[in-house]
Amino acid sequence: MSETNESTAAAPAMQMPPELLDYINEWKTRPGNLIMVLHRVQEHYGYVPREVAFQVADILGIPLAKVYGVLTFYHYFKLKKPGKFKIAVCLGTACYLKGGGDLLAELESQLGVGVNQVTPDGLFSIEAVRCVGCCGLAPVLSVNGTVHGSLKKADIADIVQHYREQGVAEG
Amino acid sequence: MAIKTYLLICGGTACASNRGTELYEALQRELEAQGVASEAQVVRTGCFGFCEKGPIVKVLPDETFYVCVKPEDAKEIVAEHVIKGRPVQRLLYDKSQSQVNAKLEDIGFYQKQFRIVLRNCGVINPEKIDEYIARDGYAALAKALTEMTPDDIIAEVKKAGIRGRGGAGFPTWMKWNFTKQAPGDEKYIVCNADEGDPGAYMDRSTIEGDPHSILEAMAIAGRAVGASHGVIYIRAEYPLAIAHLETALKQAREYGLLGKDILGTGFDFDIELRLGAGAFVCGEETALLASTMGKRGMPIPRPPFPAVSGLWAKPTVINNVETWANIPVIILKGGEWFSKIGTEKSTGTKVFALTGKINNSGLIEVPMGITLREIIYDIGGGIRGGKKFKAVQTGGPSGGVITADYLDVPIDYEHLQALGSIMGSGGMIVMDEDDCMVDVARFYQEFCVDESCGKCAPCRIGTRTLLTLLEKIAYGKGELDDIKKIEHVGRAMQKAALCGLGQTAPNPVLSTLRYFRDEYLEHINDKKCRAGKCKNLVAYAIDPAKCKGCTACARKCPAGAITGEVKKPHAIDPAKCIKCGVCMSTCKFGAVLRK
Repeated sequence: MSETNESTAAAPAMQMPPELLDYINEWKTRPGNLIMVLHRVQEHYGYVPREVAFQVADILGIPLAKVYGVLTFYHYFKLKKPGKFKIAVCLGTACYLKGGGDLLAELESQLGVGVNQVTPDGLFSIEAVRCVGCCGLAPVLSVNGTVHGSLKKADIADIVQHYREQGVAEG
Repeated sequence: MAIKTYLLICGGTACASNRGTELYEALQRELEAQGVASEAQVVRTGCFGFCEKGPIVKVLPDETFYVCVKPEDAKEIVAEHVIKGRPVQRLLYDKSQSQVNAKLEDIGFYQKQFRIVLRNCGVINPEKIDEYIARDGYAALAKALTEMTPDDIIAEVKKAGIRGRGGAGFPTWMKWNFTKQAPGDEKYIVCNADEGDPGAYMDRSTIEGDPHSILEAMAIAGRAVGASHGVIYIRAEYPLAIAHLETALKQAREYGLLGKDILGTGFDFDIELRLGAGAFVCGEETALLASTMGKRGMPIPRPPFPAVSGLWAKPTVINNVETWANIPVIILKGGEWFSKIGTEKSTGTKVFALTGKINNSGLIEVPMGITLREIIYDIGGGIRGGKKFKAVQTGGPSGGVITADYLDVPIDYEHLQALGSIMGSGGMIVMDEDDCMVDVARFYQEFCVDESCGKCAPCRIGTRTLLTLLEKIAYGKGELDDIKKIEHVGRAMQKAALCGLGQTAPNPVLSTLRYFRDEYLEHINDKKCRAGKCKNLVAYAIDPAKCKGCTACARKCPAGAITGEVKKPHAIDPAKCIKCGVCMSTCKFGAVLRK
């Protein structure tokens, strides 16, 4: 057969580490476990890889359609591998009023990619998020969870440069 | 040597991310380096609320209040204040004050506040149960377990008159009573910590700064309704709050304040955490329960109400974080004490996240019935940059705007509703003359389109229809008939949508239409946006009389739309202009005009 089924071909390629499997097995018998398990998977990989979603469905005995139903319902779950530096621009109300949209546009033009995309070198990905709860520092963006506040459009270049250097230094 | 001085530093997310963590380390390093580590201690506390001036450091026992402290200031604070007892004047809030101590109470931001929910925020170290206990923590639970019957507890909450702080304002005691009366051996207590309103962070700060108050309150409710399981449903986006809750749960279990046979009374109660995953609709209680059970967060029609059939189809009490945080105080000080705070129908206090175009943005707790004027001008310090106040938005994507005409209306459930807004969870966003009401309505509508779960047609189709109409108006393609259509669709949604999200989604647009109809008409008839936010309706031009030909704007223009010779008036090519406004903010002579 020339056509390979994507799921069976890809499944063995990604082995979940023992600690992740332990966690899933621990939650296996608890009711309503799916979201908690997916959180743990995403914490490990930075996203929920397709192969792993297949395995989670198998282990928990939940139809794959339900797993994807949940994955695609919630904004927090990512199906694509994010960049080494995840930049989340806050578009909560306070940040929006104080120019969060301008920050996002500037970032997109500097990096050459749009929201939910990754730069070709894999260094950066951009997200637009609703309120990180630092409204006092609006407008803000966060890079891998570190918040940069009270920003102006002109600060974007420095932030990108800073992380680009760090990324290059770390290889 | 005994500890003589305590340096309390805000460990909340806003201050921590504003180099607060670095400052904490710097202060510790300096205490060591200057040899006073045995006399002074750095304590990481919860949010002081004054986020605008963070990071905050409060020094005890003299209560000096430092603002905007940088890690570089650590050396001076230790050398001058800790060792020599001389406060560092330049870090005090109001440098004009000649007195030695600038205490918290001296600062306008705090004068009209009254703290019940935030009683421990910025006072204790949230990661230490002993500090909570030292502030009467778990005394209410002990009282509820040893001196009160379940009916006494509910009667006390009824006397307090407290209403749900998460949105609709349903009387808390009634929820508890329904659940208590519902048949069933197994019942659940749920804390809604899925704070999804963009621009609000009251619940996060409360949990970060005082996690035990939530655990204690849930156990008290467990006793009242006969439940032994609790669940806290919290946003995954709040890692610090989750970490503090996990620490608190562990400590409470170690102290026998959660688990089996609490305080030897035979009462069992334990709590687990469930993480949300970024869905605004999960603030709606039936959707929250679906999500807690690992499913897509979609609401179901009520009745049955969760009090009868909730988590795992068992009777369930759901309250939000702020409501819970009030409970221990009500039990300890009595419902009557609580009922005297606030107004007759809206008792107690309310925490607001005051943000937007205001001088002192931050977290505030005020008695119900306070006026908007007091909040904005006395606490908030007025509008940023001396601009003109336009409106304040409360209730987020489910709420509406309040205009300058209503600055003196008391803030409580009834008055806000009469004005077409809601109390909501407590976001309070201040807008000035630079904010366009059509754009604000469009912003919230876009949010609702994103967040609609899609289950019912009135919300799924209605939000999209409203957004399309608003975009049409913002792009200068609006017709008069569009306003009628918006009102028609909006009213249908209010009546027909399945859950609170859909029913309230038209509120921002209907409310802005009610108070700023003239602005909508300007967009439609004159194709004009007075705030300059709707880019299609804006044109930039250079006043040749004022232009000095300095070339600054031409060099900054990202589109290369400005031409002109040095020392001669420049001009903007409208075909190339992308209306970003950089020229206007660059020009030192006020020569760039926006029409």
